Amino acid sequence: MSIILSAILTLLALAVIFGAILGFAAIKFKVEGNPIVDEIDSLLPQTQCGQCGFPGCRPYAEAIANGEDINKCPPGGEATIQTLADLLDVEAIPLDAEHGEEKGKQVAVIREDECIGCTKCIQACPIDAILGAAKQMHTVIADECTGCDLCVEPCPVDCIDMITVPETIKSWSWNNPTDDDIQHQAYNIIATDKNPEVSA
Amino acid sequence: MKKIWDFHGGIHPKENKDQSNQSAITDAGIPPQLIVPLQQHIGQQAELVVSVGDKVLKGQLIADAHGPVSVAVHAPSSGTITAIEEHEVPHPSGMSDLCVFIETDGKDEWCELSPCEDYSTLTPAEILGKVRSAGIAGMGGAGFPTEIKLRPPREDKVNTLILNAAECEPYITSDDRLMRERAEEVILGLEIMAYVLQPNECLIGIEDNKPEAIEALREAAKETQIDIVVIPTKYPSGGEKQLIKVLTGKEVPSGRIPADISVMCQNVATSTAVYRAVRFGEPLISRVTTLTGDCIANKGNQQVLIGTPVSWLLEKNGYLNQKGSRLVMGGPMMGFTLDQTNIPTVKTSNCILAASPKELPQPDSAMACIRCGMCSEVCPAELLPQQLYWFAKGQEFEKAEHHNLFDCIECGACSYVCPSSIPLVQYYRYAKGEVKQIKADLEKSNQARERFEFRQERIEREKEEKEAKRKARSEAAAKAQAAKKAAAEAEAKESKEGTAEPSQAPVTAKAEVSPAPEVTLESLQKKLLMAEDKLSKMEAAWKDAQENNPERAEKLAIAVESSKANVKKFTLQITELGGGASDTPAGPSLEELESNLEKTKGKLQLILNTLEDAKQNHPDRVEKLERAVAKNHTRVASAELALREASEQQSKQQASKLEPTESKG
Amino acid sequence: MALMNITSPHAHGPRKTATLMRVVVITTLPGLFALTWFFGWGNLINVVWCSIIALAAEALVLLIRKRPLAFYLKDYSALVTGVLLGLALPPLAPWWVSLVAVAFAIIIAKHLYGGMGYNPFNPAMVGFALVLISFPVAMTTSWAAPASLLENPMSFFETLGTIFGFGSQAIDAFTMATPLDIYKHEIGHSIAQDVTQNPVFGAYVAHGWEWVNLAFLAGGLFLLIKKVFTWHTPVSMLIALTIMSLAFGWDADQATPPLLHLFAGATMLGAFYIATDPVTSAVSPQGKIIYGAGIGILTYVIRAYGSYPDAIAFAVLLMNFAAPLIDTYTQPRTYGYAKAKRGAKEAE
Repeated sequence: MSIILSAILTLLALAVIFGAILGFAAIKFKVEGNPIVDEIDSLLPQTQCGQCGFPGCRPYAEAIANGEDINKCPPGGEATIQTLADLLDVEAIPLDAEHGEEKGKQVAVIREDECIGCTKCIQACPIDAILGAAKQMHTVIADECTGCDLCVEPCPVDCIDMITVPETIKSWSWNNPTDDDIQHQAYNIIATDKNPEVSA
Repeated sequence: MKKIWDFHGGIHPKENKDQSNQSAITDAGIPPQLIVPLQQHIGQQAELVVSVGDKVLKGQLIADAHGPVSVAVHAPSSGTITAIEEHEVPHPSGMSDLCVFIETDGKDEWCELSPCEDYSTLTPAEILGKVRSAGIAGMGGAGFPTEIKLRPPREDKVNTLILNAAECEPYITSDDRLMRERAEEVILGLEIMAYVLQPNECLIGIEDNKPEAIEALREAAKETQIDIVVIPTKYPSGGEKQLIKVLTGKEVPSGRIPADISVMCQNVATSTAVYRAVRFGEPLISRVTTLTGDCIANKGNQQVLIGTPVSWLLEKNGYLNQKGSRLVMGGPMMGFTLDQTNIPTVKTSNCILAASPKELPQPDSAMACIRCGMCSEVCPAELLPQQLYWFAKGQEFEKAEHHNLFDCIECGACSYVCPSSIPLVQYYRYAKGEVKQIKADLEKSNQARERFEFRQERIEREKEEKEAKRKARSEAAAKAQAAKKAAAEAEAKESKEGTAEPSQAPVTAKAEVSPAPEVTLESLQKKLLMAEDKLSKMEAAWKDAQENNPERAEKLAIAVESSKANVKKFTLQITELGGGASDTPAGPSLEELESNLEKTKGKLQLILNTLEDAKQNHPDRVEKLERAVAKNHTRVASAELALREASEQQSKQQASKLEPTESKG
Repeated sequence: MALMNITSPHAHGPRKTATLMRVVVITTLPGLFALTWFFGWGNLINVVWCSIIALAAEALVLLIRKRPLAFYLKDYSALVTGVLLGLALPPLAPWWVSLVAVAFAIIIAKHLYGGMGYNPFNPAMVGFALVLISFPVAMTTSWAAPASLLENPMSFFETLGTIFGFGSQAIDAFTMATPLDIYKHEIGHSIAQDVTQNPVFGAYVAHGWEWVNLAFLAGGLFLLIKKVFTWHTPVSMLIALTIMSLAFGWDADQATPPLLHLFAGATMLGAFYIATDPVTSAVSPQGKIIYGAGIGILTYVIRAYGSYPDAIAFAVLLMNFAAPLIDTYTQPRTYGYAKAKRGAKEAE
């Protein structure tokens, strides 16, 4: 009997001690907010386009922290889904086509001859990348433009085009060798699952 | 013998130098068209100073150095500029860049040059100026502006000046022949650079597979303090970092330049170019290029004008394109393939290798990496190439960077030894490109986020300001209402009690509370006055119309009625607010009315005079003036009326003021 | 005019994976010869049988994975696995033991992880450990007695029959425990002198086994000279084993002496052919030394204090677990850095 009693008392004592430590740690080392949201936000491309269904990248980051699917960001594309999957330890699912397709990097360009200076696009741009004033010429600051597409709709004269950023000799870089064999038909450098027939 | 060290790794590929180093340097000749790219160096593109149609002479400046890190470009031969447009340039991507097309006239006329017999008469700054205006870039392959390199940052003193004569890559022999034939120029160039930098020692590092060149250099450097150091043949001992380690035992810290450890390394061809620029004033417009490979009949070294199309060179030297052959610009280890031949040679083109399939066979298909570790054994930068490969393949670029991916000099030794034929260097180049892209994207997205957040803030702020204003206004309006109510009550009280100045009190009370009610009252009174004025005018006009213009009479009748209505309305409003129609203190004072009267009288007089004058001189204007006279009469009359009324009211008020006191008292 | 557009470098050295593997197989031949000479035909038959199984299993998996057969079979890696298992397994082991070992090694331990170059564990050792644990009786009672100790050593066909189960010989007459096994079990209640009276210990160290190990040592040294692998792993393993044995078993009356450790059993085979398997070992030179030392230490510990007489397989497998961690912490110093970077993350 006394053994049982002493066992119970010991376990009780241990529970109290560990509970106290945990409680103390919960207060002393409390982290304000959810730091994972910041980390998720830093991985998103910050185009603030709303294609994911949320009004900006930060709200989507918060939603992901609450369990939202990670495959809703077309500007981020496959790469972002992968990094999010790595960060959150979830499966990397393919991009949800409902929210758009992954296109290359795009910039908006205003056809200046047709611009009427109505400032509607300036109000629409989530990052103030359009320069202009009422009845004055509007122009897109190409370096700041993230290609989010939000300015195209409000324009009453439809003078904004989305063009893919062209590759220049300075921005060119080597391809991934595992992808290269698609381009070079005469020979294959890597024998992979996708391309098992390899020239001897 | 000077002590030498060794660097880690390295390979010994077959040298294949004998094909091209047996004969002297010949002149390549002048092609019919020269294609001169504006960017043949690291840094900013040179800025054009010529235009299409200009005639240029050999050595004439066609583009000036633009910005601090840039190099000038000169016309390699005399001729006419036929075009300035995009054209494919020597680059692994095969993409285009801006080029100047010169149609040569064959005369090869030099422009005016400024030679200098004795360089010691110039200051170092002047010499550097000559180097800059000669458009000299590093000719060993990198193309870094030589003048910038010769100007070490932060006044770092260069103690050891090294000339890189190693030429470690197989097949290339341009530096070898250059040294054999023009050793004096090499040494003199080194002396000029030493004059600028004032180092403690000058070394020339040369591999032991070039005995004749060593001899020639020794002969030329007999009288000088320059040390010719022979190093064992190993690829890549010609890499700047590796050569510095071999000759000095010191390592260039990662991410820094050799000047940070007081060492400077220049190529021998650059040295010759510096000499020619200072001594003869010649800009850099040609270089020695090795033409080699089994697909070329006439192998050897040639003095090639910059901008010479490779196609012209190949044709002139018996090029036979076999199936599966490769055209490489540069050496077999670090050169890049050309997929078309209409590409110009540039300042850094040291070799054109037209290799047959036997010489450079098609690469085998890559197999899986067996982690044998041979790549890390030969890596001159002491990296772990197989780990970098795994990380690059698995897209784990962070880990690759942690394993010092950016210290890779892309020499190709690892790919050379890999038993599984994996294109390792391409993986590293790809990984480096991706890391740079990721960093650029991250920066851009950070900036976008900042702008977005600022914009949100701005919109919030504007909203708040609007809110605040709206609140203030509504508060003010509420206060005004309250004050009016209070004033109305107060007036009611006062009028009951019959205090001294009933009209004054509410006015002052209102004035104390807030200006808004007073304004309202005042404005209403003003409106009332205006309405009354209008009414009287209308009545006068109506009377006039009744006599002269019956059609208008009806309209005017309506107008009169509406004016009367207006007057009634305003009177009512004023009464509601608590001011009397008889509230003359808020309205124009007696003095004002008197002055008004005076004015109107004056005007009337003026018009009468004008009428008199018109009767005599301008009969057509008489009618108008008579009407004007009539108007002014009316005005005078109304002014007099107003004055009379005002004085009557005042006397009334004074009377009523007296009364209450009488009644009270 | 089709000019190729390929990345540099354009020249390539003569080394190929297939050549490497081939030379490894060829250098095992002296050892195989010694084994056959001293212990009968068993090992030879096993090597052939295991090689056939290995190639067949590899072909089967490649078909399932839809890969080109010739390309992958040509790299000899399956052959190496088969040969090593054939050498490591007891000479008289039944055919199904070898079958299970090889098939498991190729299919599960190698291809399930992705094929050559992707497996974290040494496939041969995985197969060996599997059968050692699953079929303990067959594994311990199949070791052949040295032929010189037998009156009528088995002929080729008799050995074939024994292995493939159609033989009529009672196997007990031809098997004997290995020297390591005997010493380990006897020394507890005898002194060294008595134990070594057992004819299995022969004139020098262990009859037959010493020559076998010397032959494997010679093969290994040849591979070292040819630079197929670096010296770090085998040398550190042997030195570690010797030191452990000297430190903890210096008294021959209490524990197995160092020479026996080194020259009996599969020590040399393990040092030069198994521990040096590049796919599963550490990558950096420092890492290799730690890896090899670990194998040596573990071999001694398991042999001396564990229940298995020969522990190479387990030691190697345990160090295979540790190899990636060793890699993370033994990055070599790169040119231009004062110190090497340690650990996984940059200290930012």
